[in-house]
Amino acid sequence: MHRLATIVSCLLYLLCLPAEGIAADDGMGDRVAACTACHAEEGIRLEDGYVPRIHGKPAGYLYNQLVNYQTLRRRNATMNHMVSHLSRDYLYEIARHFAERHPPYPAAAERPGRALAERGEQLVREGDPQAEVPACASCHGERLTGVQPNTPGLVGLPRQYIMAQLGAWQVGTRHAAAPDCMAEITARLDGRDVEAVAAWLAARPVPDNTEPADTPIAEPPMDCGSVPAPDDNA
Amino acid sequence: MHRLLPILLLLLTAAPAVGATDSADAERGEYLARIGNCAGCHTAPGGEPFAGGLRLDSPYGTFITPNITPDAATGIGDWGADDLWAAMHDGERADGSPLYPACPYPSYTRVERDDIDAIHAYLETVPAVAHETAPHDLDWPYGYRPLVNLWQALYFEPGTPADTADADPVRARGRYLVEGLGHCDGCHRARGTFGATDTEADAPGAMIHGWYAPPLADPAQAGLQDWPVAEAAALLRSGRTEHAATMGPMADVVFDSLQYLSSEDAQAMATYLKSIPARTVASPERLIGLSERGREAAMREGGRIYANACADCHGDEGEGGDGAPSLAGNRAVTMDNPVNVANMIRRGGFPPATAGNPRPYGMPPFHQLSERELAAVISYIRGSWGNDAAPVSATNLRR
Repeated sequence: MHRLATIVSCLLYLLCLPAEGIAADDGMGDRVAACTACHAEEGIRLEDGYVPRIHGKPAGYLYNQLVNYQTLRRRNATMNHMVSHLSRDYLYEIARHFAERHPPYPAAAERPGRALAERGEQLVREGDPQAEVPACASCHGERLTGVQPNTPGLVGLPRQYIMAQLGAWQVGTRHAAAPDCMAEITARLDGRDVEAVAAWLAARPVPDNTEPADTPIAEPPMDCGSVPAPDDNA
Repeated sequence: MHRLLPILLLLLTAAPAVGATDSADAERGEYLARIGNCAGCHTAPGGEPFAGGLRLDSPYGTFITPNITPDAATGIGDWGADDLWAAMHDGERADGSPLYPACPYPSYTRVERDDIDAIHAYLETVPAVAHETAPHDLDWPYGYRPLVNLWQALYFEPGTPADTADADPVRARGRYLVEGLGHCDGCHRARGTFGATDTEADAPGAMIHGWYAPPLADPAQAGLQDWPVAEAAALLRSGRTEHAATMGPMADVVFDSLQYLSSEDAQAMATYLKSIPARTVASPERLIGLSERGREAAMREGGRIYANACADCHGDEGEGGDGAPSLAGNRAVTMDNPVNVANMIRRGGFPPATAGNPRPYGMPPFHQLSERELAAVISYIRGSWGNDAAPVSATNLRR
């Protein structure tokens, strides 16, 4: 019996090898040198400002962003240019490559002033029921590290980046696949709310477990759209 | 009853045969529509295929491509095969008014009726999308469509020119695709007065989306006269060979269109392109000369930048590597007009993902380089490892 288990696990291991080979690297590090020129392999620094951390985010989320850049739902001249003639399969492979990498996070930014911090924490933890703004944590996870497969983590991001994204949704230069829940939410935020959320999140120490949560949110407050990933053969 | 039975049987057996011919036509039409890259212009970014809405900027204003799905109200659902033929062959819309030559019918006019009919059969099978596209936004007086009648009288001759007969059927097929559906001349030849294509043998190339589409007659530019046919065919289909990578608008063309070429058709196009009589074509871009001291300073500074930023992938001697094409002997960097190499360095990017190159390597953007640094590294690449092209000055790269 013992022997059988060994053989079976060896076979399983062999079966997994090719997929693991792709996941491990297979030259992907060199292939995505265009990405890591900004989204550095060793992780971003907060003072890089606008450039977000992409490492360790759920593959589905990263894939959706690459598709959004390709279809101009999301606008950034460099990113739109980078992905303009890559196949969906390759975009997903690139997404998985970064999802599986976990370089260290930067130290948290300085804590904002009290009033801003309180409003930020309130919006993240409880939302603003009167303005029909759900809490960030109600979708992005208790630890704010995101939820598989399509919801990104919000920790370890530069403040300028978070502000720019919420602003981009407000003015229509960032969209997600319909229903675009973040477009609705950001329409209910004012400028100070955006500032408060960004400042509080950027100052949030990264939790010990930075992996996106595996269990889906039981009762999400809103419907959010996403593009289904290509068949994942890995 | 027994008299009806044979007729019924005949009908039953005949019906699928008609259907099969239709679907074979549509399938062939899909292939031909890919080679013509209809969807490339008739699809807005992120929009439904063929539903139109792409904005095409031109010196005459902005054209908004129309919806060519079979939707009767907003598309071309009420166009019969004769209507599509009139549009493609004569530049005439179903209502009798002329088509703006933003649609490359001066090339499509060389396509045979059979092929246009197949494309029509295919377009009837694509999902109908109700999408009312905005009218063109053209400058005065170009918005007045009857002027196009005048343009057609001056610059457009429907049909195939008389001199295209060719004893070699492969080369003839290649020419048919290059000059017809492929509409390569639409970008690789300059346009003169009112956008008419320059038909001279030594016509320069043209700027498209900020890139230079070099002339196909000049082997020092985009001409394939000195290339093995197999390698030229591979570049068309996969967008990448050991020595070259397609970038910019040509990468889009490979991604949207040429990667679907059958190997026979790629071979045929390469055969014809190779046979175009070689010419030396002057670039419309005038390079500003550098003094000998200026050149030496640029080579020194460019060499430093190259060693730091480029050599890891492109090699110490510009020999290229796993992901990066060789720069020694690469025409994209040595041709007179430096705009493409400047774009590649500034913007970086990926060659197209194709069956032949499904996981392309990407080049990082170097937009942090100043114009002087950019000119220096370009001059260094143009003047090293056997490359013998003139240096460029920062003024050449100013936009």
